[in-house]
Amino acid sequence: MKYLPLLLANLGRKKMRTILTIGSFTVALFLFGLLGVIDMSFNQGVEVAGVDRLIVRNKTSLIMPLPIAYKERLGQIQGVKDVTFASWFGGVYQEPKNFFPQFAIDVDTYRGMFPEFIIPDQQWEDFARDRQGCIVGRKTLERFNWKIGDRIPIQATIYRGLWDFTIRGVYDAKREADDTTQFWFHFNYLNERTPFPKDYVGWYTVRIHDPDNAGPVAKAVDERFANSSFETTTETEKAFMAGFVKQFGNIKLIILSVGSVVMFTLLLITGGNMSLSIRERINEIAVLKAIGFGPVRVLGLVLAESIGYAVIGGFLGLSLCKLFTLSGDPTNGLLPVFFLSHETVLYGIGITLLVGLVSGSIPALVAMRLNIVDAMRRV
Amino acid sequence: MTNNLHAQDALIAVKNIHKNYQRGSETIEVLRDVNLNIHKGEFVAFMGPSGSGKTTLLNLLGGLDVPTSGHIFIDGEDIAGMSAKKLTTWRSRHVGFIFQMYNLIPVMTAFQNVELPLLLTRLSKSERRRHVEAALAIVGLADRMSHYPRQLSGGQEQRVAIARAIVTDPTFLLCDEPTGDLDRKSANEILDLLTRLVQEHAKTVLMVTHDPLAANRAGTRFHLEKGVLAVNSKGEAP
Ligand SMILES: Nc1ncnc2c1ncn2[C@@H]1O[C@H](COP(=O)(O)OP(=O)(O)O)[C@@H](O)[C@H]1O
Ligand SMILES: [Mg+2]
Repeated sequence: MKYLPLLLANLGRKKMRTILTIGSFTVALFLFGLLGVIDMSFNQGVEVAGVDRLIVRNKTSLIMPLPIAYKERLGQIQGVKDVTFASWFGGVYQEPKNFFPQFAIDVDTYRGMFPEFIIPDQQWEDFARDRQGCIVGRKTLERFNWKIGDRIPIQATIYRGLWDFTIRGVYDAKREADDTTQFWFHFNYLNERTPFPKDYVGWYTVRIHDPDNAGPVAKAVDERFANSSFETTTETEKAFMAGFVKQFGNIKLIILSVGSVVMFTLLLITGGNMSLSIRERINEIAVLKAIGFGPVRVLGLVLAESIGYAVIGGFLGLSLCKLFTLSGDPTNGLLPVFFLSHETVLYGIGITLLVGLVSGSIPALVAMRLNIVDAMRRV
Repeated sequence: MTNNLHAQDALIAVKNIHKNYQRGSETIEVLRDVNLNIHKGEFVAFMGPSGSGKTTLLNLLGGLDVPTSGHIFIDGEDIAGMSAKKLTTWRSRHVGFIFQMYNLIPVMTAFQNVELPLLLTRLSKSERRRHVEAALAIVGLADRMSHYPRQLSGGQEQRVAIARAIVTDPTFLLCDEPTGDLDRKSANEILDLLTRLVQEHAKTVLMVTHDPLAANRAGTRFHLEKGVLAVNSKGEAP
């Protein structure tokens, strides 16, 4: 603590260089945070996937349906506890850019399958009673300034015509990573108005008794419907979501590459600045050593300085990122969750400290090994 | 044998010091068989032409470097055989350094510069403040405590450096051409100050200088010539 004035004095030595060094950390950590946010967005489905849930879909393609009759047959398979289903509606509210996902759900079973979504009982009952009722996630409700009781017209794109819904409830989520942009309505209403053959659903979600048994149960499901006209592919919700993300390309790799380049550049900039700054101060360091500052203390002082830059810049960068995410998803609903996770912040802090440490280590070693007599002669 | 008698009560006793530097395959003998005794409270000047080994000798006495052979007893301890680690601690307790170029930290105030050596002690913040204020008062800069080096004249900077050297109350002070970068008037002020430290505060001061006027202030003068300690002012054999 008593070395703080010495540290602060060194940080304030070359104002411009200090600002640029700290600025590099700020920009880098802001970017890092943002990459984390985007990664989280793409992977949120994987992150929040229930370990005891399987997704059953048409083997040919996700957009091909399955018969509603499978519900009962799925329930009979050993290891299966509950079954629900849903269909993708794909409608547009006013303009195509107002994207949010709409699902036609099985009102009797859907809520029980997804306990991470919280809806007051009264609202759910109101919804269940109203054939044209809907439940809207908090984010979407707030995005369009809707309230319970509003009538919402949705233009169908797959199905035909304009569909009117009345908001009967709003759902919240237990975790920040849960998607609260969805819009649910009665499958029976869709089934009634659909211009396509009736009694087909998009996919099934199945809860199993034992998560460790997911493999065998999935296999049993697919075998059960093998050689029928609607064969199935069954996988865990996590695997399903991961497969879904893969459609967009290898997001993780892109994010990792960009992140690594940013961090490597940061390391070069900070390392260069620290080396320069120590080289200019050789004489002062020699004096400190002469008056009794030992090698370890000198090493510590230089490292503390580079970590000081890192901590200030990193804090600013992550804070700016947090502020940025607070203003919400900038992509009009493409990224259903858009927040800086604790995990990303922790990684960010770790990387900040690491870059600070590594970039300061070479100058710190130079300072530590500095020979006093030689250094004094150099001037 | 007078030398040995002297050595009994000498603060600093240098015995048969040799210092060689290796430059490629060539060995340069910078100090050759240097012997000397310095007593507590003495003001000693080292003179000699450039390259004669004055700085090298001072560096050895200050524990910044180690001799190739020989012994340096200071207050009874032989620092010639100390490890680098021990020497670091020893320096912080026993030596006050004053350099030609002042070597203050430009981004710290006079107060903070003087406080630096005290950071290595166990003194509390208020005790440190008391010591720093006392040292700055001795050098006559009590009213310049919060000035930065660039806001001070060369003579004032050197006085801050002297305050930094005396603040830990070291066993002795080493000054390598302390007036070398100053005008006559400032140089005289620094010399007055060093004289006062010896006379009023019973400090032991060892000073390297080119300047005969500076050397005249010292009670004892040594001459170095090509690494050999030649004459001293008292006319004794070294
Ligand atoms: N590290 C070193 N390597 C080689 N030669 C050195 C080294 N340090 C000093 N010398 C040489 O030792 C001699 C004495 O130097 P120095 O003690 O600085 O003399 P002075 O202070 O009397 O001018 C010079 O010739 C110098 O070049
Ligand atoms: Mg010299």
